Formats: sequence, C-alpha cells, structure tokens
Amino acid sequence: MTTILKVTGYGVRNLVRSRWLLLYAFFFLASAEGLLRFSSDGTKALLSLSSVVLFVVPLVSVVFGTVYLYNAREFTEMLLAQPVRRSHLFAGLYLGLMLPLAIALGTGILIPFALRGLLRGADGGTLVILVFTGAALTAVFTALAFGIALRIEDRLRGVGAAIGIWLLFALFYDGLLLLLVALFADYPMEKPVLALVLANPVDLARVLLLLRFDLAALMGYTGAVFQQLFGGWTGSLLAATALTLWIAIPFACGQRRFRRKDF
Amino acid sequence: MIDVIGLDKHFGTLHVLRALDLRIARGRVTAIVGPNGAGKTTLIKSLLGLVHPDAGSIRIKDTMVNADVRYRAGIGYMPQIVRFPENLSGRDLIALLTHLRGAAVARDEELIDAFALGEHLSKPVRTLSGGTRQKINALLAFLFRPELLVLDEPTAGLDPLSSSLLKDRILAARGVGGTVVLTSHVMSELEELADDVAFLVDGRVAYIGTLFDLKHMTNQSNLERAIAVMMRQGMAA
Repeated sequence: MTTILKVTGYGVRNLVRSRWLLLYAFFFLASAEGLLRFSSDGTKALLSLSSVVLFVVPLVSVVFGTVYLYNAREFTEMLLAQPVRRSHLFAGLYLGLMLPLAIALGTGILIPFALRGLLRGADGGTLVILVFTGAALTAVFTALAFGIALRIEDRLRGVGAAIGIWLLFALFYDGLLLLLVALFADYPMEKPVLALVLANPVDLARVLLLLRFDLAALMGYTGAVFQQLFGGWTGSLLAATALTLWIAIPFACGQRRFRRKDF
Repeated sequence: MIDVIGLDKHFGTLHVLRALDLRIARGRVTAIVGPNGAGKTTLIKSLLGLVHPDAGSIRIKDTMVNADVRYRAGIGYMPQIVRFPENLSGRDLIALLTHLRGAAVARDEELIDAFALGEHLSKPVRTLSGGTRQKINALLAFLFRPELLVLDEPTAGLDPLSSSLLKDRILAARGVGGTVVLTSHVMSELEELADDVAFLVDGRVAYIGTLFDLKHMTNQSNLERAIAVMMRQGMAA
C-alpha cells in the first residue's frame, strides 16, 4: 500500500509542476468562464461545457497518458529494480497520472462557477456530476492509454492507436449506431442499442449527464434511447456501474500486462 | 553471490539467451563482455527481475529471483540510459527511493560531495545536463550501500574526472566486500576494474575466468586484444 501512495505522490508532484497540466486546467477554466459569460444562465453554460468535457477529456487522457508512459519507460525500469511489487508500482504510476489530470479538470471547471456563487442549487448538483463524470472519463482513458503503451512497443504506432481509440468512442460510435438503427429500422432495436451504449464509455458519461438535463435528444441518438428506457435513478445507476467497470477492467488488464511484461 | 542456471529467453523469434549458466563470485568485479546482441543487457535485466526468463533460474545470495521482491533491496542498479521525471529534483528522487526501500541503512552520500552535486540536487532534472543526470544515476545506485552493484555502461557520458571518481568508488565498494557486475564498451576501463570476465556469445557464456587467465590464454597483453581474439575464434567456430 505505501508503495502505491509514494509512487502516486511523486507522480502528482512531477505533473503538478508540468506546463502541460497547467495548460489543461487553464483550458477548462477559460471554457467555463467563456461559456458562463455568453450563456444566459448557468444551465445552458453547463450543457455546452458538458459537450466540451465529453470531447476533450477522452482525447487528452488517452493521448497524454500514452505518451506519458512511453516517456516514463526508463524511470519505470529503475523503479522496478527497487524492492517493490509490480502491481503496486503500476497502481502508483496510474494514480500519479490520473489524479493530476482529474484535479486539473475539476479546478478548471469549478473556479468560474464558484466565483459566481453557482455551486448550490440544481446547477450545483449538475456541476458536481459533470466533474465526477469527467474524472471517470479521465480514469477510463488513462487506463486504456496505459494498456496501449504496454502493448505496443513502437511509440508512433502507440500514439496512433490512442487517437484511433478516441476517434472510435468519441466520434464514430454514434454514427455507426445510427447507421445500424437505420438499417434495421423494421426491427425493435432498443435492447441491442442499449447494449451498445453500455459498451462505449463516452456514451455512458453522456447518459449520466443528460439524465440531469432532460435534453437527451439534443445529444445524440444513444442518449435518447437511454432516456426512453430508463428515467431517473435506474438509468443513472446503471450507467455509473457500467462506467465503473470501464475503469476497473482496463486497469486490471493493464496491471496484468505490466506484471508479465519484459522491460 | 549469483548463480544462473540454464537461463533461456526468446523475444519473439529471437533466441537471446540459450541455456546460459553463470556463477559470479562474491566480493569481485565481474565484467560482462561480448559482441552486440550477445545478450548482455537481457542477462542484466534478468538479474533485476525486469525480464522474465522462459526457463532456468537465478539465485542471488539465497533468494530465487522473481520469488520475492525483497532481494532487490540488496542491489544498486545503474541503468545505461535514464530519463528521470522532468519536474522532479535529485532530492525528490533520493526521497522516493528511500521511501520505496524503507531503508534503515544510513545512506551513502559520499558521491554528492565527490561529484559536487549539492546545488544541482534541488533543481528540476530537466534543467540538468546529461552528465549531471548520469552522476545522479550513479549516486542513486550507490546510495543504499548495496551488496551487489549492477552497472550498465556506468561511465558513459561522464567527464574524465567524474569517470575516474566513479571507478574509485567501484573499487572501494569491492574493497568492503561488495560484488560488482558491469558492462562497458571501453575495454581499458574494464581492464582497470574487472577481476573476472564473462564473455558472452550468442546467448551463452563462451568464457568465464579471471582477467589474467584470459590474457594468458589468448596470449595477448591487453583485454581488448584478448576479446578480439576470442571473437575471431568464436566466428571461426
């Protein structure tokens, strides 16, 4: 346990001083501030901000995460030569990246809202859910990033795979789903579509947010289906559970890979 | 100190180590030499548990490698290239390793003074020169007074003064009963340091013995020529 905490601590210390992380936090700060200025109310700003989070967080987490682990390769070898267990080291490296990214996201978003005293009420609740969903997406996509960097030795191909994963989940998936529904328009498609929504972490995050906004249809087909089938708590709970699995399974696979890998 | 028996390792279709046997004596400096691709780095990484062998076993002191991670508390490792996290300082790295080892041993900070590292240790690593990073790398390997030092090209990137300081430290470590395993492309350096030479060809130990015997056997006056003769014979065979 202490190994995990120590390695996490030093990862956080390293990244908090990094210009890239600062830039990342500033990006969300600027987005939140800008959207609050140009929207008539907090809810609309939050809705736009959700789209930004759903788009940017997976991209940055998966690409930055992959590059991060490649760059940490020699240092990882050095740590592996210490009397530490590989599984602990992996968890430490993972948390040391994931936590700073999530914290940067959270502070960037919260500061403009906090300055306007918008942390309470219905918008406050949605804001908290947005930050948590963003953190969950960070956790999912950094875990996927570690999986990529451990599996693919060649950096260029690894970064390509990272971008590919992001394109798939953030862009193509919804399109493919729509195409599928259009092709099988004569059949009842709710259940297969639901299963497909559960298989995409970005869609799950979207569902979690949309169930708050009551605007499901505005953000893609998958959101609409989900809301139609589950309103309220059942839907949120199901989406949250699936999202948790999306963190746990890639993490466990990466850890397994890390334990067996030759460095 | 180290007993390697039947070590075998493939990387894909590449057969890197072929049933390699090696015994390394305590309190001596053993140089691992051999042509490129002979398996030197893989052997060293196997000692540290970085590479999992397909078959065979390694015993260091009385512990089987990969059975228990604690044996690594007795090893100081200096990798060939090291890229530390950019925004950490030397002091952060020392503190991190101290935490990971939970080391009760008094740290050996002699190299801080010898290398005049003092002021550099509080700067972020990214601002340091390659040579200074290599000095920190050396410092970390010696920091916990390990019984076994594994040094991969230790003097690469060091200026002559630092390089000779490091060599003095290696010999000093041997003087107090430490065991040293090292590789280098600089044969004159190995000649200065090594008691024993293990010559690897194609994933096997083609020769192991004292430096003196090797020179005698090949009828050469220095290690470089002796190794050259061994390599030529190896190719002929």
